[in-house]
Amino acid sequence: MDVKIKSMKREDFKDNEYIDKLVEELNATGANVVVGKLDQLINWGRANSLWPLCFGTSCCAIEFMCLGAARYDMARFGFEVARNSPRQADYIMVQGTIVHRMAPVLRRLYEQLAEPKYVIAAGGCAVSGGPFKNSYCVLPGVDKILPVDVYIPGCPPRPEAMFYGLMQLQRKIKVQRFFGGANRKEKIQEFFAQHPEEKDKY
Amino acid sequence: MSDIKERIRKICPSAVFEDGEILFVEVSEPEWYGFAKALRDDLKFDLLSAVVGMDWKDSLGVVYYLTSTSRNWEMIVVKVAVADRENPMIHSVSDLWHVANFQEREVFDFYGIKFINHPDMRRFFLRNDWVGYPLRKDYDANPEINPIRLTDEINEDDSVSYVEDKDGKVKAVKKNVFEKEDYVVNIGPQHPSTHGVMRFRAAVDGETVKKVDVVSGYIHRGIEKLSEGMTYPQILHFTDRMDYMSAHQNRHCLCMCIEKALGLEVPRRAQVIRVMMDELMRISSHLLSFGCTAMDLGATTAFFYGFREREMVLDIFEKTCGARMSMNYNVIGGVIADLHPDFQKDVKALIEIMPSRLKEYHKVFTGNVIAQNRMRNVGMLSKEDAVNYAITGPSGRGSNWSCDCRKKHPYSIYAELDFNEVLEDGCDSFARYMVRMREIEESCKILAQLVDQIPDGPIRAQVPKLIKLPEGRWYQQVEASRGVFGVYIESDGQKNPYRVHFQSPCFNLVGVMDLTCQGYMIADLITIGAALDFVIPDIDR
Repeated sequence: MDVKIKSMKREDFKDNEYIDKLVEELNATGANVVVGKLDQLINWGRANSLWPLCFGTSCCAIEFMCLGAARYDMARFGFEVARNSPRQADYIMVQGTIVHRMAPVLRRLYEQLAEPKYVIAAGGCAVSGGPFKNSYCVLPGVDKILPVDVYIPGCPPRPEAMFYGLMQLQRKIKVQRFFGGANRKEKIQEFFAQHPEEKDKY
Repeated sequence: MSDIKERIRKICPSAVFEDGEILFVEVSEPEWYGFAKALRDDLKFDLLSAVVGMDWKDSLGVVYYLTSTSRNWEMIVVKVAVADRENPMIHSVSDLWHVANFQEREVFDFYGIKFINHPDMRRFFLRNDWVGYPLRKDYDANPEINPIRLTDEINEDDSVSYVEDKDGKVKAVKKNVFEKEDYVVNIGPQHPSTHGVMRFRAAVDGETVKKVDVVSGYIHRGIEKLSEGMTYPQILHFTDRMDYMSAHQNRHCLCMCIEKALGLEVPRRAQVIRVMMDELMRISSHLLSFGCTAMDLGATTAFFYGFREREMVLDIFEKTCGARMSMNYNVIGGVIADLHPDFQKDVKALIEIMPSRLKEYHKVFTGNVIAQNRMRNVGMLSKEDAVNYAITGPSGRGSNWSCDCRKKHPYSIYAELDFNEVLEDGCDSFARYMVRMREIEESCKILAQLVDQIPDGPIRAQVPKLIKLPEGRWYQQVEASRGVFGVYIESDGQKNPYRVHFQSPCFNLVGVMDLTCQGYMIADLITIGAALDFVIPDIDR
């Protein structure tokens, strides 16, 4: 099975191995024709109407605004409806440094997102802490508190880089099973079990 | 200067002087409050430009930079130090200069210095359960002491005030930020109209705002502490990431401060390029501000207009600097790369197109009746308050306060240029908005003067491989897009600074939110915030 998205050809992506691996995993147990087709239909719809929750803390957010403006125009790919409420969004795009004070807020927003939900870490700060990695109150990467699906490096990433990352997310969504099979929710719970809240500290 | 010295000697005989680029006075803590009062009332130092917390290892203290707006923007530095590290206390001056309110809270947060008679001594940037004071030299940065906590802060409303009674005894008085009956609305930290991650807690009576409590620190990245562990060329890139809409100006300021300390002469070509980049950055910033103000008030089309022209500026940056944002262009002694061959052509195209585009903006947004009704007479800020709260930049000039650093302390080649300082006397959000729109014209004027006058020559001065600053302290100010940006460097002769402090204009802007929002509707809070146009990473640093 080839994972196709409308806006970019397969050979233009630089890392097709991982998507092939995901497809292999998906098909390992075989799929019912009817359920498989239904899955494809649902994933086609989901991949083309991704609504982001804006979570811009610093510079990268301005580049994200450029994505929304006329020149780059993310509406072409179905990303345009940037939501400010987690209840209406499909994925959270973390743009900017996350510091200690923000960590619980970000975690709660993630928990408020409706399933299925995804996380994109955009920019050096969200990926690894960036230039502020050694600071006393900066998280060395948002993956310390959230399960990240796509990383977009850059400081800040160019709008084109953000599109590339968003399309990677589209591809990832296309190899997911909606009915049965690999359960995403379990993976998230597994992640949370490894990164618990420190309630007993109080 | 000598006249001031004499008068200070009369007020405070024990004051110790030190000559430098700015007159430096050291006073003992018990005399400080009386001295400060005399400085403000008798010597007319009405503007508190910077408050810098310091740890000199044997003592903790604060360095104050004061400016006299009536006497040709003359500056003075006052140092106050206390030896007690366990329980350091200094008298607060927040009742003399209201801008000190937040500044002192920042110093308390970083150094643990308690300010006597300060109304609200809470932490400002860090969580209220944070252990230790991070900018002290003996701070323990072990992550086990302050782990990543995923639980909320508790007791957010609790505050404390250290009140001095008649006998001079200081007593801690517990306070509550809000009254018991107050209905508090939380706005932020993740709210589209706060232009970043700023959190306001507004006590409302019906829809009328009674008090705004600013909760900052959601993007506090500890830049000042990080800088202390880096060499001078390494700390340059932080300025681009603080106020990313004033990246060039901020970096220009830091470079100038280091060049001043080194006694470096910057080549003429580099100076012209720097000024042109500063003005391009100002245009880009004001265009973004226009777009966001419009979008906050519901005019989505205007947002697209503003971003259309902003992309032109970004293209110019990209061609020469290699990046659309975080350009990292200025370096110590000049600029990092020469101009792109298209630079002059692109700048000319921009200044040719801007007047007609500005007309378009006014047509689509400024003249709109909704925009007018929402901005006029909203968020009034008198000139006296603007000075007292140190609201510089377009917001201060909207209150008819002439505070342009390019005119008051001309730096680089600004003294030779012909441009006007834009002033509006509306004192409201609309005046602030209009100052920005008119400043775009002035910036175009500066660019037009320089675009054909870029001299040939080197773009960088010869700089030693290992940059070490001599012992001493330096302060440099520039006019960034949002007001006066200052850099304070104290060096002990090493290759890394002993202390770097960035005095950001937005820090003061957010300090005035409580004052400007009182008595207006909760929806006006958005307008006022948009018209003040603060950038949050610049506040939190």
